[in-house]
This record gives sequence, C-alpha cells and structure tokens, in this order.
Amino acid sequence: MKYIAKKLLDLIPTLFGISLVCFFLIRLIPGDPVLNLIGERGADPARYLEMKKALGLDLPITQQFWIYLKSIFRGDIGTSIISNNSVWNEFIERFPATLELGMVALLGATIIGIPLGIFAAMKRNSFFDYFLMSTSLVGYSMPIFWWGLILILFFSVKLGLTPVSGRIDFTYDIPVMSGLYLIDTLRPEILKAEGFAPFISALRHLILPSIALGTIPLAVIARMTRSSMLEVLGEDYIRTARAKGMSKTRTIYIHALRNALVPIITTLALLFGSIITGAILTETIFSWPGIGKWIVSSITARDYPVIQGGVLIISFVIVLTNIIVDIIYFLLNPKMRN
Amino acid sequence: MKTLLLLSALSIFAPEVQAKNFVFCSEGSPSSFNPQLVTDGTSITASSANVYNRLVEFEPGATKIVPGLAASWEISKDKKVVTFNLRKGVKFHTTKYFTPTRDMNADDVIFSIEKQRTKTHPYHSVGGGKYEYFDGMEMGSLITDVKAIDPYKVQVTLANPDSTFLANMAMSFMSILSKEYADKLAAANKKNDIDNFPIGTGPYAFVSYQKDSVIRYEAHKAFWGKKGNVDKLIFAITPDANVRTQKLKTGECQFATDPAPADIAEMKKNPKLNVLEDAGLNIGFLAMNVTKKPFDNILVRQAISHALDKKTYIAAIYMNNASPAKNLIPPTIWSYNNSVADYEYNVEKAKALLKKAGYPNGFETEMWTLPVARPYNPNGKKMGELMQADLAKIGIKVKLVSYDWPTYLEKSKTGLHTLIQFGWTGDNGDPDNFFNVLLGCASVKAGSNYPRWCNEKFNKLITDAKTTSDMKARTKLYMQAQVIAHDEAPVVNIAHSKTFKAMAKNIKGYKLDPLGQDYLADIIVE
Amino acid sequence: MKVFLKELFFELRKNRGSMIGVVIIILSVIVAVLAPLLAPHDPTHIYTDSLNLPPSFVAGGSSRFFFGTDDLGRDLLSRLIYGSQVSLSVGFAVVVLSLVIGTFLGVIAGFYGGLIDKTIMRITDLIMSLPSILFAIVIVAVLGPGISNAIVAVSIVAIPNFVRIIRAQVMVEKSRQYVAAAKLFGAGNFRLMFIEILPNCMAPLIVQATLGFSDGILNCAALGFLGLGAQAPMSEWGTMLSDARSYIESSPWMVTLPGLCILIVVLSFNLLGDGLRDALDPRLKKQS
Repeated sequence: MKYIAKKLLDLIPTLFGISLVCFFLIRLIPGDPVLNLIGERGADPARYLEMKKALGLDLPITQQFWIYLKSIFRGDIGTSIISNNSVWNEFIERFPATLELGMVALLGATIIGIPLGIFAAMKRNSFFDYFLMSTSLVGYSMPIFWWGLILILFFSVKLGLTPVSGRIDFTYDIPVMSGLYLIDTLRPEILKAEGFAPFISALRHLILPSIALGTIPLAVIARMTRSSMLEVLGEDYIRTARAKGMSKTRTIYIHALRNALVPIITTLALLFGSIITGAILTETIFSWPGIGKWIVSSITARDYPVIQGGVLIISFVIVLTNIIVDIIYFLLNPKMRN
Repeated sequence: MKTLLLLSALSIFAPEVQAKNFVFCSEGSPSSFNPQLVTDGTSITASSANVYNRLVEFEPGATKIVPGLAASWEISKDKKVVTFNLRKGVKFHTTKYFTPTRDMNADDVIFSIEKQRTKTHPYHSVGGGKYEYFDGMEMGSLITDVKAIDPYKVQVTLANPDSTFLANMAMSFMSILSKEYADKLAAANKKNDIDNFPIGTGPYAFVSYQKDSVIRYEAHKAFWGKKGNVDKLIFAITPDANVRTQKLKTGECQFATDPAPADIAEMKKNPKLNVLEDAGLNIGFLAMNVTKKPFDNILVRQAISHALDKKTYIAAIYMNNASPAKNLIPPTIWSYNNSVADYEYNVEKAKALLKKAGYPNGFETEMWTLPVARPYNPNGKKMGELMQADLAKIGIKVKLVSYDWPTYLEKSKTGLHTLIQFGWTGDNGDPDNFFNVLLGCASVKAGSNYPRWCNEKFNKLITDAKTTSDMKARTKLYMQAQVIAHDEAPVVNIAHSKTFKAMAKNIKGYKLDPLGQDYLADIIVE
Repeated sequence: MKVFLKELFFELRKNRGSMIGVVIIILSVIVAVLAPLLAPHDPTHIYTDSLNLPPSFVAGGSSRFFFGTDDLGRDLLSRLIYGSQVSLSVGFAVVVLSLVIGTFLGVIAGFYGGLIDKTIMRITDLIMSLPSILFAIVIVAVLGPGISNAIVAVSIVAIPNFVRIIRAQVMVEKSRQYVAAAKLFGAGNFRLMFIEILPNCMAPLIVQATLGFSDGILNCAALGFLGLGAQAPMSEWGTMLSDARSYIESSPWMVTLPGLCILIVVLSFNLLGDGLRDALDPRLKKQS
C-alpha cells in the first residue's frame, strides 16, 4: 500500500516537470498563433497587438506560466486558440478514436502474438521457429508510415477492398455515446434502424489502420512470449512437473504460461506508450480523427493551449499506465514485496 | 449460425450503399459558422453558401447580381438611397435547437447589418467583434442608416454613391441571420451559439459538426428557391488532397473539392468521374526583397526574371494545370493589361544583365519555399528545387530554406527573407484586391507586400484607381500600374493555376463559382 | 577486451541471422562510400524532359533510368544510392551522440547515487513519459527543420535508454571486489568510473548501440516523412517517401522503393543487435 502511495506521489513532480518543459519549449518555437490566424493577408500592427492581447499572449512569459498553473489547479487546462473550444472537450472528442484504434491493434497483436510465441518456444529451432522469428524481426523493423501507405496502395487503391480513411461511412449518423464506434453501432436503436451495416462499416475502416499500428506490437509480443516461455520452460519446477509425468500441454498451460505472463504483461503496458507514438504516424496516414493527429496539427498551428494541455493529458495517461503496471507487477510477483 | 457469420464476414468487403445522401469531401474545418466572421473559402462554403441567403445574390456560376431574399430593389435618383422589397413567406430553418414562429422580415435584415455596423449593438462583440470583410469593404462608413419602412421594405442610406454597393451586398458577409433566434439565445444567455449553431434561410439546415471530421446538414424542406433532390448533405472533412481523390474513387464521397494536380489527368480518363475546371482567381509568385542587397538593383531583379523557366514549373509542379503569368492579376479580371510583354526565358540575357549589374560571377543567396500546398503553388519545395537549378545556370547559388507555415508567416512579415515564394487568391474579383494587398505601400507595414517594394508612382496610380468610381478611368490607371510593376520587377509572376472540382458521374447540377466557393443547392443525385 | 571481442565474434558466427545482418550492413556501407562511382546520374540533376518515368523494366520506362525518375525528373536509383549515405551517417551520428551523453550520465548516476542520481533519473523519466516522436517534433520545431537538427532531436530522445542501462549495470558493478581493490590502491573517482567499471558494462552497451542505430534511422526517417528532416535537394529516404505520397497512385514505385530501403537497413541492424543480445545474454546461453 505504501508502495502504491509513493508511486502516486511521484506523479506530481513528473507532471509539473512536463508542464514546465512543455510550456517553455513550445514558446521557443518561432512563429506565433496570431499570425497563423491571419495568414497571407497580413494585419496592421495595431490589430495584431489587439489580437495578441485578447489571447493573453502580450504578458511576460513568466506571468503567462503563472496564470496557466493557476488555471490548471482550478481544473481548467485551457481553451484552444483556433477553435475556441476547451482543450478538455477537444481531447474527449478525439480520445475514443485513438483508444478504439489502439485497443483493436493491441488486442489483435496479443491474440495473434501470444499463441505464435508459445508455439515457437515449443518448437524451438524448428523451421517454424526460425521463420516466425525472422518475420517478426521484419515486422519490428517496419517503418509504419511506409507500411500504412503500402497497405492503402494494395488493399484500398488496387483491390478496392477497404476504405481509404476515416472511422465510418459518414452516411450513418451515429450519435456519440461511448465514442467507440464498435460499441456505439451495436446499440439497439441503431441496430433497429440500420441493422449491422454501420458496425460493419466501422469495422472495415478499422482494418488497415489497426494492422499498421499493430504490426510492431505483434512482433514484440510474439518475441517476448517466446523468450519468456523458453526461460520458464528451462526452470527446475517445470522439469520436475514433466518428470512427474504431467502432460506437455498441461505443463505449458498451467505452469509455464502463468509464470511467463508477468513479463508479457509488462511488455504490453510498455507498448501502450509506443502505441501513442505509432498513433501519431498512423493517424496522419489514415486521417484518423484521434489525438495523435490533433497534437501534431496543433503544433503546426502554434495552438499553445492545446499543445500544453494535450501533452499533459497524454503523458499523464502514459505515466499512470506505467504505475498501474508497476502495481500489477508488484502484486503478481511476491518476491518484489520484500 | 456459421453461414450467418460467413455472410457478415463477406459483407465486410462489400461496397456500402447510399440513398439520397450527398457526401462532399471538403478540405478543412470551418473556423466558424457565422458568415459575418469568416473569410476563408472553406468556412464560406460550410456556412453562407449553403446555409444562408443574401438580399441579393450572384447568379449561380457568374458574377451578375440577381434577386435573393429581396425580390426587387429601387435606387434613388441621387444613388444614395437603396430600398429593398423583401420576399414574402421565406422560412428560417427548423432544427433541434430552434423552431421559428415567424417568416423572415425587415427585423432580420436590420439585425444582420446593425450587428456589424454599430459598436453598441448587443451582438456586436459576440464572436470577437471583428468583421474583416465588413470593415475591409468600408461598409461601416458607407452605410449611414438602415431602417424598416414596413415589415417587408428596408431602406439603406449611403454616405456617397457607390457602384460596388450591390455587389458587396451579395457577398457572404451580408448573409441574413434570424433575429428571433438571436433574441432567444440572448434570453438563454447563450449568445456565442449563434456562431456555432447557425440558423439561416438557405437550402440546407445545420444538423451537427465534429471538428476535423464531419459536418451534417439536412435539406431545408421549406426553402424558398430552386433546389435539387439531396436529403442529407454530409461534409467529410479531408485535408489531404490525395485522400479526397482516393475517397472519390472508392465511392466514399461523391464530390472532391480541389483534388491534387497529380491526379487530374487520370481522373479525367476515369469514366465514372466528372472533372470540372475553371481558371482560378489566383497568382503564384517569387518575391524579391528590394530592401536587401543585391535585390535593390533593378537589373538583378530583371536578370532573375529572365532566368526562371516558368514552362518547366507549370509542367512539373502544376501538371500543366496552370497558365504562365506575366501580370499580378489573372487575365479573367477586368483591367488585365495584355500588351505587357513577359520576360522570356533567356539564360544569356540574364547573364548579361547580371554582369551589367556588377555581378558577373553571380552571388549567393537564399530562397524560402512555401511550406503549404496552395492552389497557386501546389508544392513550394519542389518549385524551389527547380528554381535553384535554374538560377545556378546564371551563377546564383541558392540555398533553399523551409520553415513551417506559422514561422514562415512571422519571419516574412518582418522582412527577414530575401527570395520568397508566395501567392494570393482573390476575394472578390476587384483588381484593388490584388494590387493594393500585394504591392501597395501600406501593405509593407501590414506584411502582405512581400517584396517590400514601395514605388511612389505605382502607389499613386492604384490609390487613384481605388477612389475613382468611373470604370474606364480605373481600368486605365490599373493598366499603367501593371507596366510599372513589370518594368520594376519586384516579383516574378509564375502562374495562374486552374481550380478543379471532381465528382461522381451521377451528380448533376453543379455550377462552378468564379470565386471558388461551392454552392450545392441545385445538386441532383441520380 | 580482445578476448571479449573474439568470443563475441565466435558466438555471432553461429547465428545465421546476424551474419546476414552484418553482410547487409557491410554492403550498404560500401554502397554509401562508393556512391559517386555507383550512381549512374547526379542525384540532384533535373531532367525536365523525363518526369515521373516508371522503372526501366516496366512498360513506359526508359533504359537510362533503371528505377525510373521522380516528379522532378531526377534518377531514382541514384537518389536511393545517395540516400544510403544520409541514413547511415544519421544512424551513426545519433548513436555516437546519445551513447556518449547517455553513458556519461548513466555512469555518474549509478556511481554517485543520491541526489545526482535522483535528478538525472527524474529527467530521463520525464523524457520517457512523453511520446518520443512528439518530443522530437517539438525539438525540431524549436531548432528549425533540417537533417542536423533532426539528429539532435532523435539523439535526445534516445539518451534515456542508455542512461538506464548503464546506470543499472554500474550499480551492480560498483559493489564488486575489483572496484574495492582499485579504491584501495588509491584510484580516483574518475578512474573508478570510466577505467575500472565502464569496460565491464560493455555487453549491454553494444547491444543497445546496435539497436540505437536502427531506432535512429527509423526516427529520422519518420521526421523526414513529417517534413521535418532533410531539406531539399538532399536525397533522404524518409523525405523522398513523403514527397512521393501525392504520387502513390500514379507512380507507386516512388513510394515503394525508399520505404523498402529503410526497412532493409533497419532490419539488418536489428538482426545484428538480436544476434549480439543472444551471444551476450548468459541466461539464454546456458540453455542452448
């Protein structure tokens, strides 16, 4: 319990550090949001100053930071300069899209990756093992911004099997409830009105982006499962179990897998961070309206509040998952408790 | 059960069917839904063009003024009083958030004008209180009074006769908003909603909007004008031009605005698609900062004008979808001076001029390349590489510099650049909108005069032209101005690009708008 | 040290995968060094009469340009060949930068512990809690786009990996007897850290450096793809890929080839790194 409390307390300085770095770093970037709003047209200096003042950007930078900190403590992380919406609302609108994509990608990678890894470990040094390990290394080395384009080129443009971009066919107007289209499209009133078509449309739109995003996690999970299975299979108690006459399958499922699961779960959680990195590229390629695309476009527009607030929330989510993993790890692994 | 699963698995790959929906692949998110505030084409298409109407309108596909919400109008003898007779029985949209109880009348017209005109109006400062167009067209000082004679008669008094007044009234910022709706919002203390949840009289009523993703409209059943057969209008916001093309091909949308030049040729061959093209109201140019050496030297500027081979840029960058430019304004704008002879591509001549200027061996400089794709320059970086190669032939070593868009704007505004690519798309088809914005002395300070070139003679000509109302006199002044701009060569005019709209074959009734907006009232889905 | 390397090489020879990796790496180094001799054309020369040509073995291709030309009429093969120069030196620069800084910080943190350790680890935690590509994008935006700034950004993002690995290793090593012995003989802290302890942390460092190579190449290419990497007319694979995006339908080879090059080079370093890890990891060695 003390361990958990300490971990959570550690959060505060990290988050403070992130807001500090973020705030000053983005203001070091040349270019300012007001000029971006004005565009090619230009504006006379008086009007320019007026616009700056309205956004509070004319104040000394330390004072701006102080105002920013104060508003965070009030629970307000700012308002977008471009859209005039609160950053939190913008985040909540987009987060489900990234979450859905990330979860489908990670889930697919886990469901496929773990059995492959187990199988490879059991057939160690067989052709299948070699084949799987080299394929997974190719997957691990994949530049996903290229992979996404190749998938589009082949499946959408050449074969016409999958849609090019977006989350769902826009002719279906699905009211946002959870924001996860795979769930929202299965609500009774939607099923009654449109049948399964919207669900299938959402699924079709998910195929390519989740393949692109899931490739690296799949490779990592398969390799991780294989190596931790190998490690566990080499341990004495497994050998004892086998020697006692326990069947091979039983040994693998009951003993080996359970013990191999700890590092696999850790890997999964670490992948969560890389999913967000991957999402930035995947969302750019597939026009997926999630947070990755949101942050990148706010950087190009110098939308300070969105960058500050968005990065803060994203890192909070990442740090929090890491802590949760630590805790799970701690609970699963009695050795660590001492 | 198994077959059912198999069936649904198969249907994952089956194309999706659509009824009387019209999916329009647009290029970006609108900045607001209030036509009084917006200035960019994307926002105008999303608001005024399809949700609102004006008292007078441009005839679809032309610049002729035709009746809109005003069935007719009278102009007094001294040309200072204009009386509009309003159309009767015009209904505002009924939506989830508003149900009108009366028809459009003089109150709405007065509200729409006064909101922008009077600083004390309760709605004036809602949404920032800045009316770029209303102020830019100097409507505030032109209109001295607006009053209702009866519920269907509105009288506007002008400070002085102005021949452009009616055309201004047809522009998007003069759209008619509902006063009843505004009052209701004010009572609920939700005034800001007027910019986000529009209520108009146009062919389509707003339903919902998800930023960067989708805008939904439905047909306004009680629309007063002629209308196509679209039930649901859906804007699929797709900023990437290639993706718009791909979506059009896969049938995810039926209309793609501004497709990428690289795809035009192939699309024209596609029997399922229809591609419309129009001479764009734009100019792409290379500006030379005349406040910096050696570009203060007119001979150097002329040498560069001779050294750049526009033809290759038009082939490689615009995919031949543009015409070479010799003047700042495109030939479709009145007062275009066709007698100006362009600097021809001639390396020897360029070298000779450079030698005469005192740079026989050339010099080193840098060029800023446009970081965003614009219709007037679809790929600044690539054009920079071509220009770099061209200038190397006359001994000028160019270092290409690229910043991202906001940085580019900031640095160029303060005049840190030497050679810089820029361009312009006209707002209203008036020459002043090009010459004054891009080469006027006042624009040096505002930052849109990229060569930072302030020529007294030129400036006098264009200011005179602005204050004159006689068309013939104006034309003559602008013609002279173009000669000076050509001789002095502060910019190398590169190209006027064509604009394109691509749509599925079953879409009928679309008319190109000379100012580049998409009016979708008449669309028929077959 | 010599014995260590010999043993390492012996172990590696047994691993077919990493041998393939080594061969590809050597080949690409040769291509990069001999680029001026191998490339049939100047990679920046613009042939205005041959825009968007397909590869020579496809209908419509010209025998002058083996892999065809790009949208400005530049020979694709030559650009790909010169691109290997950029990618390899980028990978090398990133590894050297992040390795030197990361090792230094890691050794200090592990050796001294206490407040120094806490501060350094807090900062690395902070960098690691930001999505790496996002952080790199912001750094490049601050410094301005360009290949050298992209290298700096990617290196900064890579430093924490080195710090963590070295720190953990140093903490184990510093309680060993040889360190205590060296201390008895009057060795100063600097000597202890960098002469006594550091050489014994080599194994994980070598693996991480190899993997850092592939990460560096991949991340710089990603920045290039987002338009923040190499500037025109330099031929860098990521930038070439992003330029080619608008031609994905009309000229798919322009998209396919640069990506394939990135994949092959990154894969070769990963193959080598994988082999090195197997060779250096005593736990796995025991089983085979």
